[in-house]
Amino acid sequence: MKYQDFDAVVIGGGAAGMAAALKIAEYKHNVALIDREDHLGGVLDQCIHNGFGLHYFKEELTGPEYAQRFIDKLHSTPNIHTFSQTTVMNIEPGSAPTPRHEVICYSPIDGVFTCRAKAVILAMGCRERNRGNVNIPGSRPAGIFTAGLAQRLVNIEGHIPGHEVVIVGSGDIGLIMARRLSLVGCQVKAVIEIMPYPSGLTRNIVQCLNEFNIPLYLSHVIDKIYGEKRITGVDVAPLENGVPRSDKKFHLDCDTLLLSVGLVPENELSKAAGITITPETNGPLVDGNLMTSVPGIFACGNVLHVHDLVDHATSEAIRAGEAAARYIMADTENQAPQYRVKSGANCRYVLPFSFSPDRDTVFSLRSMVQKRDGLVTVTWNNQVIKTIKERRIQPSEMITFTLKASDFAGLSRDADATLAVAIS
Amino acid sequence: MDFTVAIIGSGVSGASIARTISRYKVDTVILEKEADVAFGTSKANSGIIHGGFHHSPKYLKARLESKGNLMFDQLRRELDIPFQRCGILVAATSEEQLQQVEHLYQQGLENDAIGLEMCSRERMLELEPKLTHDVIGGLYAPGGGIVEPYRLVFALIESAVHNHAVLKTNFKVCAAEPLAEGGYKIHAADGRTVTAEYVINAAGLYADEISAIFKAEEFKIIPRKGQYYLLDRLSKAAPKRVIFPVPTAVSKGMLVIPTCEGTVLLGPDAIEQEDKSDLSTSRAELKAVLESAASMVPTVSERDIITAFSGLRPVMVGNSDFFIKISEKAKNFIQVAGIQSPGLTASPAIGEYVKDLLKEAGLTLVERPDYDPYLPKHKRIRQLSAEEAAALVEKDPAYGRIVCRCEKVSEAEIVEAIHHGHSTLDGIKFYTRAQMGRCQGGFCTSRIIDIICRETGLSPEEVTKKGPGSELIKGEL
Repeated sequence: MKYQDFDAVVIGGGAAGMAAALKIAEYKHNVALIDREDHLGGVLDQCIHNGFGLHYFKEELTGPEYAQRFIDKLHSTPNIHTFSQTTVMNIEPGSAPTPRHEVICYSPIDGVFTCRAKAVILAMGCRERNRGNVNIPGSRPAGIFTAGLAQRLVNIEGHIPGHEVVIVGSGDIGLIMARRLSLVGCQVKAVIEIMPYPSGLTRNIVQCLNEFNIPLYLSHVIDKIYGEKRITGVDVAPLENGVPRSDKKFHLDCDTLLLSVGLVPENELSKAAGITITPETNGPLVDGNLMTSVPGIFACGNVLHVHDLVDHATSEAIRAGEAAARYIMADTENQAPQYRVKSGANCRYVLPFSFSPDRDTVFSLRSMVQKRDGLVTVTWNNQVIKTIKERRIQPSEMITFTLKASDFAGLSRDADATLAVAIS
Repeated sequence: MDFTVAIIGSGVSGASIARTISRYKVDTVILEKEADVAFGTSKANSGIIHGGFHHSPKYLKARLESKGNLMFDQLRRELDIPFQRCGILVAATSEEQLQQVEHLYQQGLENDAIGLEMCSRERMLELEPKLTHDVIGGLYAPGGGIVEPYRLVFALIESAVHNHAVLKTNFKVCAAEPLAEGGYKIHAADGRTVTAEYVINAAGLYADEISAIFKAEEFKIIPRKGQYYLLDRLSKAAPKRVIFPVPTAVSKGMLVIPTCEGTVLLGPDAIEQEDKSDLSTSRAELKAVLESAASMVPTVSERDIITAFSGLRPVMVGNSDFFIKISEKAKNFIQVAGIQSPGLTASPAIGEYVKDLLKEAGLTLVERPDYDPYLPKHKRIRQLSAEEAAALVEKDPAYGRIVCRCEKVSEAEIVEAIHHGHSTLDGIKFYTRAQMGRCQGGFCTSRIIDIICRETGLSPEEVTKKGPGSELIKGEL
C-alpha cells in the first residue's frame, strides 16, 4: 500500500470541500483535497443558473462562476494537493492519543493509496431522494429522473430527457429544472407538491414557475405511474388529512417525470468509520468546532445538513476549516467544554448540537412551520438571552444567527447548562 | 436446418436447459423476445434456494426442487455465481402456526431435505436474533439458501454460449410452421427466422401463447404478481437467514430475505391479475408487505427502503405442478410451463430433466470433448481487499475509476458487462449492480450512458433502459 502523509485530508471537492481546504491551507498546513469527479466544483458545475454568491461575494454569479473563484485560488495554493477522479472507499479512524486517520483512495491515475492525516474534513455533500424513498407506486418505465440527474443530462451532457414533463416536489432543483426545461422547449405540465406549502425558495417559485405559467399543485401526490417501456402519464391525487384521495385523482399525460423530493446527506463513509449520525439531519453529530463524534474528523456543507444556499455551505466550511487547522496545532481553544444545544418548539434542528460559550458560534436553524412575523427565542438555562424577529419563517429557508462569547458574560454555567432555541 | 434445438425463453429454465445441453454436440439457439436475458420472471423474484419442505413429494416440482438444491454448490464452483447456503427459518407465532410448521417438517422429511430441525423459541432466536420476540418456535432448514437470480441466468447463458450455444435477443416468436423434413421454421416479429429440429417452450408467462403458435397443448397462464421492497445494506433489519412466515394456500408468505450482496428484500405478496405486462406496484398492497415483514423482524423500517418492484409468477390454470413433458400434439416440442416457485431452485434439475426428455424424443446426445463447465471469475472491485485492488488497478486503471459509488462498481466492470452483450441500463444494472444501490442511478446514469455510447457506438438517443421503446434521451440541445 502506498501512503501519503498530510496534515489534513478533505473529502469532496464541491463548495464546502474547496473552502475548507483553502482555509486550512492558510494556516500553512499541507492539505489533500480528494474529489471523485474529473473537475472540482461538485454540483455547482451543473447549476448554470445565477443566484449564487449574493451573501458571500455580494454579487450574483452562476454555479460554475462561483466554483471557479475557489478553483483559481486552489491552483495558486501550493500546499493543497488535489486528487481528482479519486474515490474514497474507506476511512479508518486513528486511535488516541495522537490519532492519525487513514483515508483509502481508489483512482485510475494514482492507483490505490492511503492518505494519512491528523484531521479529516467530511465534505461529501448529499444525494437526491429517489422514487423508492418517497414510495411512488406504479410501473417502472424509462423517463423517470431525479431533478439533479436531469440537470446534469441537460446542462453538462446537452441531452434533452423528454418533451412533456411532470415534476414531483417543489424543491429548488425541481423548480430550476422546470424553468430550464421550459427554456429548451419542453412543456412542463405541473409541479406536484405533497406539502401545503412550496419546499423551495420563494424567489424560485416566482422566477421558475409563475413566470412560465407552470401550475403548482400543493397537497397533491402522484398516485400511480403508467407506461411499460417509457412513461406515458401519471395519476395525481389530492391529499386530505394526510391521505391520498384516489377517488379525486386526475390524469396527466407525460413522457418524463422529474423527482425533486429532497436531499439526504451522504454519510455511508462516515457510518462505516463509526461516526455518530443523528436522524434530525441525517448528518454527523457535531460540536461547536463542527467536529464529529470521532476526534479529528470534522464535517461541513451538505454532508452535515442540507443547505439551501451555497453561500451558507461555504461559510460553514470555512468555520470547519479553521477548527481543523486549530486542531492540527493542538490549540487549547478547541478543548473548551461543550454545552448541549436543544431544539425547542417548531424547530426541526439547531446545529451545532453542542457549543462552547467562550467563543462566538454561528447557529443554523431549520423551522418546522411557516410563520409571518415570527420570533426566534434563544434561552440559556431557561433564561432568554436573545430574540430574533423574522418577517417570514419557512422550512425551506434556513435561519442563521451568531451568539458571541459576550452574550454569556455573567451567566452561570452548570455542567448541565443547556442552550435552547424555539420559534414562535 | 439451422439448429438442432431451439429454446424459446431465456429465463432461468431456458438458460439451465441451454447450459445443460451445451455439454453435448447439439447446435442450440436461445430465442429471447426481450433485449436481454432474465428480463421476465427471473429478474424479479425472491432469489431463494428452497429447503425442500414446502411441497409434497407427489409433485414433480418437489422432486426437482430437492435435486436442484443440491446442484447449486457445483454451479457456484463452475460459474462463480453469488450463492450462499444461509439457511431458512419458518417462524411461528401461535400454537396453530406451530402445528402447520410440523406438517412442513414432515413433508420435508418425505422429500429427504437435509438437516431439518424443529426449533424452540430459544433456538429460533439463537439462529436469528433479529426475529420478533413473539416467536414461539419454528423450522430450520440449513440446506436452504439465497442466490442472485439474474446473475445465475447471466452465468448459465454465458456458459452455454461459451460452449457454442447461440443467443438471439429481441427475437419475439410470432409464428412457426412445421417443416416437411421434421422440425420447425420459427418466425420473429422483426422478420428474422430460424429453423430447428426440436423446440423447447420455456417462455414463462407466455408459454401458453407459444404453445398455441406451435399448435401444441392448450392451456392458460395467468400472472400472479409478487411485490417487493428492497432495503439498504445498512438496514438494521438485515437477517442472517431467510425468514418465512407460515405459508398460506396461495403463496409461501411474505418474507424477510438477506441477499448475497448484503441488501434486504421484503415480500412478495400474491395478487392475481390478467395483464402479463403489468408490473406496477400499489401503495396499499406494499404497505401490507412492510407490515408483515415488520411483524417478523421489528427493526424493519420504512426509512431503509431503496426501491419497490414486482415480478409475475407464471401460474398455469388448473395445474399447480410444473408442466414439463414432450408434447402429445406437436412433434418434437417440449413443454416447460407453469414454472413458478420453486422454479429457481429446481432450475438445474429442470435442465437435466429436459435433457432426458430430448433423448426420449429421439435426440442423440454425444458429449463435446471440448466442453468447459467453467467461467472465468469476475473481478469486482468491491470484493477485493485494498492490496488486491491496488494490483488490479495497476494492470487496468479502469478498475480504479468508481462509477457507481453506492455499490462500488468500477468502469472496467461496466465495460465488461457491455462486452458480454448487456448494453441496456437495466442489463448493466443486473450484471454489475451499478444503479442498484441507494441512489438508484441518480449519480451514475449519465456516466453509464457515456460509457455505453463509447463502447458500442450507439448515440445517446439510442441507449435504452430495457430495450426498444425505453429510450432515455429524447433529443440534443
